[in-house]
Amino acid sequence: MDFSVYITIIISTVFINNFILSRFLGLCSFIGVSKQTVPAVSMGAAVTFVTTMASLITWLIYNYILIPFHLEYLRTISFILVVASFVQFTEIIIQKKSPALYRIFGIYLPLITVNCAVFGVTVLNTDVFFLAGKPVDYSLLKSIVQGFGAGAGYTLAMFLMSGIRERLEFAEIPRSLKDIPITFIIASLMSLAFLGFSGFKI
Amino acid sequence: MKMLGEFVKGVWRENPTFRLALGLCPTLAVSTSVINGIGMGVAATFVLVGSNIFVSIIRSKIPNKVRIPCFIVVIATFVTIADLFMKAYTPALSRSLGMFVPLIVVNCMVLGRAEAFSSKYPPLRSIFDALGMGLGFTWALILISAIREVLGNGTIMGVLINKNFQPPLFMILAPGALLTIGLLIGLINYITSRR
Repeated sequence: MDFSVYITIIISTVFINNFILSRFLGLCSFIGVSKQTVPAVSMGAAVTFVTTMASLITWLIYNYILIPFHLEYLRTISFILVVASFVQFTEIIIQKKSPALYRIFGIYLPLITVNCAVFGVTVLNTDVFFLAGKPVDYSLLKSIVQGFGAGAGYTLAMFLMSGIRERLEFAEIPRSLKDIPITFIIASLMSLAFLGFSGFKI
Repeated sequence: MKMLGEFVKGVWRENPTFRLALGLCPTLAVSTSVINGIGMGVAATFVLVGSNIFVSIIRSKIPNKVRIPCFIVVIATFVTIADLFMKAYTPALSRSLGMFVPLIVVNCMVLGRAEAFSSKYPPLRSIFDALGMGLGFTWALILISAIREVLGNGTIMGVLINKNFQPPLFMILAPGALLTIGLLIGLINYITSRR
């Protein structure tokens, strides 16, 4: 088993094809929750957990239920239901078992249900790691690693953006550019910086 | 008259893209050419109208606690219909939109309308609301994709404008999309505050 493949997947999902800055997935929460560092990073942690687990669960469902019964066209419905119920389930478990953890990212969990990043990574996994209806070698492990990498990339972008926005509170910005527009312009500059990673050969 | 009001508000005053900042992921990702923009706009409008009608019809039947999963199932059904339809009749468009057709299901705009409007109002008003929102979404997409296609590729609807113009690749890539929408929202804020 070649270990470097997994490192390549992580580097490529975190830096080269960062989920927010070059794939535009999870933008709504990126704009909405990135005002302060602590909530932004907690949201990132919650997303990373959910993307990793959702990659595992949806891979199992796709490989053992949808493909054998030729139900690939039900991918959208089944995946979104699985993601939504998994998020609800996690919320209940965390609330019961660990109130401290619940206070940190409990309120962000419902938001994750309709986070494009989570659903996007599950769709991407089935697009990339299944060729002609057959899983590629170590497909499951690659999917999980990609899920984790996507979450890590999301957290990185959230962390960077929230750091900038905290300082932005004191900046003098033209009134019509305040809040959302300036966030997009900063995101554009960040995305330009991340573009420097593209074309990396690893 | 009331119906017309529901229709018009989505186009400008509550435009999903520029005013509410909803449904941004597909807006930015597919707006590299006008054709893609129109295709995405029509697909999202179809899903919006379908899910709004359906949610509005069953709104009194579904218990409040499980309403979000119910809405998502309804939306996912219409997204699957749109996806299969596009694969069959416009395969080239379906390929260039790629994973963003199934991603309409997590478009906050569609779920937002189901939650904020069609779960409260009768079907006819919901149809007008959905059509207005869909039209607002589509024109926003066409505007953004026109700007990006002209500046980043030097073409409009695939037709070359001026062969001496060297298009900056930057506009067709991710940073160009974020910059375009940031400046457009700023411009619209400026216009509304001037009135």
